[in-house]
Amino acid sequence: MNYTRFFVGVTLMAIMTYLPRVLPLVVFRKKIENPFIKSFLAYVPYAVLAAMTFPDIFSSTNSLLSALVGMAAAVVLIFLNGNLVTVALGATGAVFVAEQLMRLWVG
Amino acid sequence: MQEREKYSTVRQGVLDGFPISLGYLPLAFTFGMMTTDNHLPIWAALFVSATNFTSASQFAGIDLILTGQAYIEIAITTLIINIRYFLMSLSLSQKIDDRVNNFKRGIIAFSVTDEIFALAMQRPGWVSPRYLVGLTVMPYLSWALGSLVGAAATGFLPMALRDAFGIALFAMFLLLIIKPSKESKPVLFTVSIAVALSCLIRAIPMFDGVSSGWVIIICALVASSAAAVRYPVTIGGEEV
Repeated sequence: MNYTRFFVGVTLMAIMTYLPRVLPLVVFRKKIENPFIKSFLAYVPYAVLAAMTFPDIFSSTNSLLSALVGMAAAVVLIFLNGNLVTVALGATGAVFVAEQLMRLWVG
Repeated sequence: MQEREKYSTVRQGVLDGFPISLGYLPLAFTFGMMTTDNHLPIWAALFVSATNFTSASQFAGIDLILTGQAYIEIAITTLIINIRYFLMSLSLSQKIDDRVNNFKRGIIAFSVTDEIFALAMQRPGWVSPRYLVGLTVMPYLSWALGSLVGAAATGFLPMALRDAFGIALFAMFLLLIIKPSKESKPVLFTVSIAVALSCLIRAIPMFDGVSSGWVIIICALVASSAAAVRYPVTIGGEEV
Protein backbone atom coordinates (compact mmCIF):
# COMPACT_ATOMS: atom_id res chain seq x y z
CA MET A 1 0.00 0.00 0.00
CA ASN A 2 1.31 3.38 -1.03
CA TYR A 3 0.50 5.58 1.96
CA THR A 4 1.30 8.90 0.31
CA ARG A 5 -1.23 8.07 -2.37
CA PHE A 6 -3.75 7.02 0.25
CA PHE A 7 -3.37 10.24 2.26
CA VAL A 8 -3.46 12.55 -0.75
CA GLY A 9 -6.48 10.70 -2.16
CA VAL A 10 -8.44 10.75 1.10
CA THR A 11 -7.59 14.42 1.72
CA LEU A 12 -8.87 15.28 -1.77
CA MET A 13 -12.04 13.35 -1.00
CA ALA A 14 -12.47 15.24 2.28
CA ILE A 15 -12.06 18.62 0.57
CA MET A 16 -14.47 17.75 -2.24
CA THR A 17 -17.02 16.59 0.32
CA TYR A 18 -16.66 19.66 2.53
CA LEU A 19 -16.78 22.32 -0.22
CA PRO A 20 -20.40 21.82 -1.32
CA ARG A 21 -21.36 21.66 2.36
CA VAL A 22 -19.70 24.88 3.42
CA LEU A 23 -19.98 27.24 0.43
CA PRO A 24 -23.75 27.90 0.52
CA LEU A 25 -23.65 28.43 4.29
CA VAL A 26 -20.88 31.01 4.10
CA VAL A 27 -21.68 32.66 0.75
CA PHE A 28 -25.49 32.86 0.92
CA ARG A 29 -25.76 34.41 4.36
CA LYS A 30 -28.56 36.78 3.34
CA LYS A 31 -32.05 35.38 3.43
CA ILE A 32 -33.46 34.77 -0.02
CA GLU A 33 -36.57 36.89 -0.65
CA ASN A 34 -37.56 35.58 -4.07
CA PRO A 35 -40.83 33.70 -3.41
CA PHE A 36 -40.12 30.98 -5.97
CA ILE A 37 -36.64 30.15 -4.67
CA LYS A 38 -37.89 30.38 -1.10
CA SER A 39 -40.65 27.88 -1.81
CA PHE A 40 -38.30 25.71 -3.85
CA LEU A 41 -35.79 25.45 -1.00
CA ALA A 42 -38.55 24.64 1.48
CA TYR A 43 -39.54 21.60 -0.59
CA VAL A 44 -35.98 20.36 -1.28
CA PRO A 45 -35.61 18.19 1.87
CA TYR A 46 -38.69 16.14 1.04
CA ALA A 47 -37.73 15.71 -2.60
CA VAL A 48 -34.20 14.61 -1.66
CA LEU A 49 -35.41 12.10 0.91
CA ALA A 50 -38.02 10.69 -1.45
CA ALA A 51 -35.50 10.25 -4.27
CA MET A 52 -33.02 8.60 -1.90
CA THR A 53 -35.61 6.15 -0.60
CA PHE A 54 -37.08 5.02 -3.91
CA PRO A 55 -36.24 2.75 -5.63
CA ASP A 56 -33.19 1.96 -3.44
CA ILE A 57 -35.30 0.62 -0.58
CA PHE A 58 -36.34 -2.34 -2.73
CA SER A 59 -32.74 -3.55 -3.01
CA SER A 60 -31.68 -2.68 0.56
CA THR A 61 -31.93 -6.27 1.79
CA ASN A 62 -31.25 -9.77 0.46
CA SER A 63 -34.38 -10.01 -1.64
CA LEU A 64 -37.20 -7.87 -2.96
CA LEU A 65 -39.67 -9.86 -0.87
CA SER A 66 -37.94 -9.23 2.46
CA ALA A 67 -37.51 -5.56 1.54
CA LEU A 68 -41.25 -5.30 0.89
CA VAL A 69 -41.96 -6.96 4.25
CA GLY A 70 -39.67 -4.46 5.99
CA MET A 71 -41.24 -1.56 4.13
CA ALA A 72 -44.75 -2.72 5.05
CA ALA A 73 -43.71 -3.02 8.71
CA ALA A 74 -42.27 0.50 8.62
CA VAL A 75 -45.43 1.96 7.06
CA VAL A 76 -47.66 0.23 9.64
CA LEU A 77 -45.48 1.53 12.50
CA ILE A 78 -45.50 5.04 11.03
CA PHE A 79 -49.30 5.04 10.91
CA LEU A 80 -49.31 3.79 14.52
CA ASN A 81 -47.30 6.95 15.34
CA GLY A 82 -44.01 5.16 16.00
CA ASN A 83 -40.84 7.25 16.40
CA LEU A 84 -37.60 6.95 14.39
CA VAL A 85 -36.15 4.22 16.62
CA THR A 86 -39.23 2.01 16.77
CA VAL A 87 -39.77 2.33 13.02
CA ALA A 88 -36.13 1.50 12.20
CA LEU A 89 -35.91 -1.43 14.62
CA GLY A 90 -39.36 -2.73 13.72
CA ALA A 91 -38.51 -2.77 10.02
CA THR A 92 -35.14 -4.43 10.71
CA GLY A 93 -36.81 -7.09 12.85
CA ALA A 94 -39.43 -7.76 10.19
CA VAL A 95 -36.74 -8.18 7.53
CA PHE A 96 -34.72 -10.49 9.78
CA VAL A 97 -37.71 -12.74 10.48
CA ALA A 98 -38.78 -12.73 6.83
CA GLU A 99 -35.30 -13.74 5.66
CA GLN A 100 -35.03 -16.53 8.23
CA LEU A 101 -38.44 -17.89 7.19
CA MET A 102 -37.52 -17.69 3.51
CA ARG A 103 -34.34 -19.62 4.20
CA LEU A 104 -36.32 -22.38 5.93
CA TRP A 105 -38.67 -22.62 2.99
CA VAL A 106 -36.03 -22.65 0.30
CA GLY A 107 -33.96 -25.03 2.37
CA MET B 1 -32.00 31.42 31.96
CA GLN B 2 -30.56 31.90 28.52
CA GLU B 3 -27.74 29.49 29.38
CA ARG B 4 -30.27 26.87 30.34
CA GLU B 5 -32.10 27.28 27.08
CA LYS B 6 -28.90 26.83 25.11
CA TYR B 7 -28.06 23.78 27.17
CA SER B 8 -31.41 22.24 26.43
CA THR B 9 -31.01 22.75 22.71
CA VAL B 10 -27.67 20.88 22.61
CA ARG B 11 -29.31 18.18 24.68
CA GLN B 12 -32.35 18.14 22.41
CA GLY B 13 -30.01 17.77 19.45
CA VAL B 14 -28.20 14.81 20.97
CA LEU B 15 -31.52 13.12 21.75
CA ASP B 16 -32.86 13.76 18.24
CA GLY B 17 -29.62 12.52 16.67
CA PHE B 18 -29.63 9.18 18.44
CA PRO B 19 -31.86 7.33 15.92
CA ILE B 20 -29.62 8.46 13.06
CA SER B 21 -26.55 7.07 14.80
CA LEU B 22 -28.36 3.75 15.03
CA GLY B 23 -29.10 3.81 11.32
CA TYR B 24 -25.47 4.62 10.47
CA LEU B 25 -23.98 1.65 12.32
CA PRO B 26 -24.59 -1.12 9.77
CA LEU B 27 -23.40 1.09 6.95
CA ALA B 28 -20.30 2.06 8.93
CA PHE B 29 -19.57 -1.61 9.66
CA THR B 30 -19.89 -2.37 5.97
CA PHE B 31 -17.49 0.41 5.07
CA GLY B 32 -14.95 -0.80 7.64
CA MET B 33 -15.19 -4.35 6.36
CA MET B 34 -14.70 -3.13 2.80
CA THR B 35 -11.43 -1.41 3.72
CA THR B 36 -10.09 -4.47 5.52
CA ASP B 37 -11.16 -6.73 2.66
CA ASN B 38 -8.99 -4.52 0.46
CA HIS B 39 -5.98 -5.01 2.76
CA LEU B 40 -5.97 -1.51 4.19
CA PRO B 41 -4.84 -1.20 7.82
CA ILE B 42 -7.57 -0.97 10.46
CA TRP B 43 -7.00 2.72 11.23
CA ALA B 44 -7.57 3.61 7.56
CA ALA B 45 -11.33 3.13 7.91
CA LEU B 46 -11.42 5.43 10.94
CA PHE B 47 -9.31 8.05 9.16
CA VAL B 48 -11.53 8.12 6.07
CA SER B 49 -14.82 8.16 7.97
CA ALA B 50 -13.66 10.81 10.46
CA THR B 51 -12.45 13.20 7.76
CA ASN B 52 -15.16 12.64 5.14
CA PHE B 53 -18.29 11.80 7.16
CA THR B 54 -20.34 10.77 4.14
CA SER B 55 -21.31 7.39 2.76
CA ALA B 56 -21.51 6.74 -0.98
CA SER B 57 -18.48 8.81 -1.99
CA GLN B 58 -16.28 7.09 0.60
CA PHE B 59 -16.92 3.71 -1.00
CA ALA B 60 -16.39 5.15 -4.49
CA GLY B 61 -13.32 7.19 -3.53
CA ILE B 62 -11.52 4.31 -1.80
CA ASP B 63 -12.22 2.14 -4.80
CA LEU B 64 -10.67 4.74 -7.10
CA ILE B 65 -7.62 5.11 -4.85
CA LEU B 66 -7.06 1.37 -4.71
CA THR B 67 -7.51 0.84 -8.45
CA GLY B 68 -4.90 3.50 -9.17
CA GLN B 69 -7.03 6.23 -10.76
CA ALA B 70 -5.71 9.76 -11.24
CA TYR B 71 -6.14 12.26 -8.39
CA ILE B 72 -8.23 14.51 -10.61
CA GLU B 73 -10.66 11.67 -11.21
CA ILE B 74 -10.88 10.96 -7.48
CA ALA B 75 -11.60 14.64 -6.82
CA ILE B 76 -14.22 15.04 -9.55
CA THR B 77 -16.03 11.78 -8.76
CA THR B 78 -16.26 12.72 -5.08
CA LEU B 79 -17.54 16.18 -5.95
CA ILE B 80 -20.18 14.82 -8.33
CA ILE B 81 -21.49 12.36 -5.76
CA ASN B 82 -21.59 15.07 -3.09
CA ILE B 83 -22.82 18.03 -5.12
CA ARG B 84 -26.29 17.36 -3.66
CA TYR B 85 -24.96 18.74 -0.37
CA PHE B 86 -24.79 22.11 -2.10
CA LEU B 87 -28.55 22.11 -2.50
CA MET B 88 -29.08 20.94 1.07
CA SER B 89 -26.67 23.48 2.51
CA LEU B 90 -28.41 26.24 0.58
CA SER B 91 -31.74 25.10 1.96
CA LEU B 92 -30.30 24.85 5.49
CA SER B 93 -28.70 28.32 5.25
CA GLN B 94 -32.22 29.77 5.11
CA LYS B 95 -32.87 28.39 8.57
CA ILE B 96 -29.67 29.73 10.14
CA ASP B 97 -29.77 33.13 11.84
CA ASP B 98 -27.87 35.82 9.83
CA ARG B 99 -25.87 36.69 12.94
CA VAL B 100 -24.19 33.28 13.14
CA ASN B 101 -20.57 33.93 12.17
CA ASN B 102 -18.54 32.17 9.48
CA PHE B 103 -16.50 30.15 11.95
CA LYS B 104 -19.62 28.55 13.36
CA ARG B 105 -20.97 28.10 9.84
CA GLY B 106 -17.78 26.28 8.96
CA ILE B 107 -18.38 23.86 11.79
CA ILE B 108 -22.07 23.23 11.17
CA ALA B 109 -21.31 22.64 7.48
CA PHE B 110 -19.86 19.34 8.62
CA SER B 111 -23.36 18.39 9.84
CA VAL B 112 -24.79 18.34 6.34
CA THR B 113 -25.41 14.67 5.67
CA ASP B 114 -28.64 13.51 4.03
CA GLU B 115 -30.11 12.31 7.31
CA ILE B 116 -28.99 15.06 9.69
CA PHE B 117 -30.07 17.70 7.19
CA ALA B 118 -33.50 16.12 6.84
CA LEU B 119 -33.98 16.02 10.58
CA ALA B 120 -32.72 19.58 11.16
CA MET B 121 -35.14 20.91 8.55
CA GLN B 122 -38.08 19.48 10.49
CA ARG B 123 -37.45 22.01 13.28
CA PRO B 124 -39.81 24.97 13.20
CA GLY B 125 -38.12 28.39 12.92
CA TRP B 126 -34.37 28.99 13.27
CA VAL B 127 -31.99 26.10 13.71
CA SER B 128 -29.26 27.02 16.20
CA PRO B 129 -25.62 25.95 15.76
CA ARG B 130 -25.76 24.37 19.21
CA TYR B 131 -28.70 22.20 18.26
CA LEU B 132 -26.91 21.16 15.06
CA VAL B 133 -23.72 20.27 16.91
CA GLY B 134 -25.75 18.20 19.37
CA LEU B 135 -27.60 16.55 16.50
CA THR B 136 -24.33 15.61 14.81
CA VAL B 137 -22.31 14.25 17.76
CA MET B 138 -23.83 10.78 18.04
CA PRO B 139 -24.14 10.07 14.29
CA TYR B 140 -20.54 11.24 13.81
CA LEU B 141 -19.20 8.97 16.56
CA SER B 142 -21.31 6.12 15.29
CA TRP B 143 -20.01 6.61 11.76
CA ALA B 144 -16.33 6.95 12.71
CA LEU B 145 -16.20 4.30 15.43
CA GLY B 146 -18.54 1.98 13.54
CA SER B 147 -16.11 2.04 10.62
CA LEU B 148 -13.25 1.19 12.97
CA VAL B 149 -15.16 -1.68 14.58
CA GLY B 150 -16.21 -2.98 11.16
CA ALA B 151 -12.60 -2.92 9.98
CA ALA B 152 -11.37 -4.67 13.12
CA ALA B 153 -14.12 -7.27 13.26
CA THR B 154 -14.62 -8.30 9.65
CA GLY B 155 -16.85 -11.35 9.64
CA PHE B 156 -17.72 -10.92 13.30
CA LEU B 157 -21.20 -9.49 12.80
CA PRO B 158 -23.55 -12.24 11.60
CA MET B 159 -24.32 -11.78 7.92
CA ALA B 160 -28.06 -12.26 8.48
CA LEU B 161 -28.19 -9.35 10.90
CA ARG B 162 -26.15 -7.11 8.61
CA ASP B 163 -28.53 -7.77 5.73
CA ALA B 164 -31.56 -7.05 7.87
CA PHE B 165 -30.10 -3.73 9.07
CA GLY B 166 -29.93 -2.52 5.48
CA ILE B 167 -33.55 -1.43 5.76
CA ALA B 168 -33.07 0.68 8.93
CA LEU B 169 -32.09 3.98 7.28
CA PHE B 170 -34.78 3.63 4.64
CA ALA B 171 -37.41 2.99 7.32
CA MET B 172 -36.39 6.29 8.92
CA PHE B 173 -36.55 8.05 5.57
CA LEU B 174 -40.08 6.69 5.12
CA LEU B 175 -41.10 8.19 8.44
CA LEU B 176 -39.58 11.55 7.51
CA ILE B 177 -41.53 11.73 4.24
CA ILE B 178 -44.81 10.04 5.19
CA LYS B 179 -45.54 12.01 8.37
CA PRO B 180 -45.37 15.48 6.77
CA SER B 181 -47.11 14.13 3.65
CA LYS B 182 -50.12 13.21 5.75
CA GLU B 183 -50.44 16.77 6.99
CA SER B 184 -49.38 18.80 3.98
CA LYS B 185 -50.66 18.47 0.43
CA PRO B 186 -47.69 20.34 -1.08
CA VAL B 187 -45.27 17.92 0.61
CA LEU B 188 -47.26 14.93 -0.63
CA PHE B 189 -47.14 16.47 -4.11
CA THR B 190 -43.34 16.98 -3.90
CA VAL B 191 -42.72 13.47 -2.58
CA SER B 192 -44.93 11.84 -5.24
CA ILE B 193 -43.13 13.54 -8.11
CA ALA B 194 -39.68 12.77 -6.68
CA VAL B 195 -40.51 9.08 -6.14
CA ALA B 196 -42.02 8.66 -9.60
CA LEU B 197 -39.15 10.44 -11.33
CA SER B 198 -36.45 8.61 -9.37
CA CYS B 199 -37.96 5.20 -10.19
CA LEU B 200 -38.45 6.23 -13.82
CA ILE B 201 -34.82 7.32 -14.27
CA ARG B 202 -33.53 4.09 -12.73
CA ALA B 203 -35.84 2.00 -14.91
CA ILE B 204 -34.67 3.49 -18.20
CA PRO B 205 -31.48 1.75 -19.40
CA MET B 206 -30.32 4.89 -21.21
CA PHE B 207 -29.65 6.55 -17.81
CA ASP B 208 -27.60 3.67 -16.38
CA GLY B 209 -24.46 5.77 -16.33
CA VAL B 210 -26.04 8.57 -14.27
CA SER B 211 -24.63 8.44 -10.72
CA SER B 212 -27.05 8.29 -7.79
CA GLY B 213 -25.93 11.75 -6.69
CA TRP B 214 -27.15 13.24 -9.96
CA VAL B 215 -30.41 11.31 -9.87
CA ILE B 216 -31.12 12.90 -6.48
CA ILE B 217 -30.28 16.36 -7.79
CA ILE B 218 -32.46 15.99 -10.89
CA CYS B 219 -35.38 14.72 -8.81
CA ALA B 220 -34.97 17.47 -6.23
CA LEU B 221 -34.81 20.19 -8.91
CA VAL B 222 -37.87 18.96 -10.79
CA ALA B 223 -40.08 18.03 -7.83
CA SER B 224 -39.28 21.12 -5.74
CA SER B 225 -39.72 23.46 -8.72
CA ALA B 226 -43.08 21.93 -9.59
CA ALA B 227 -44.21 22.23 -5.96
CA ALA B 228 -42.93 25.81 -5.71
CA VAL B 229 -44.94 26.79 -8.81
CA ARG B 230 -48.10 25.04 -7.71
CA TYR B 231 -47.91 25.76 -3.98
CA PRO B 232 -45.87 28.91 -3.31
CA VAL B 233 -44.99 29.27 0.37
CA THR B 234 -47.18 32.10 1.67
CA ILE B 235 -45.39 35.25 2.75
CA GLY B 236 -44.53 35.12 6.43
CA GLY B 237 -45.47 31.46 6.78
CA GLU B 238 -42.29 29.42 6.91
CA GLU B 239 -44.15 26.17 7.37
CA VAL B 240 -45.00 23.92 4.48
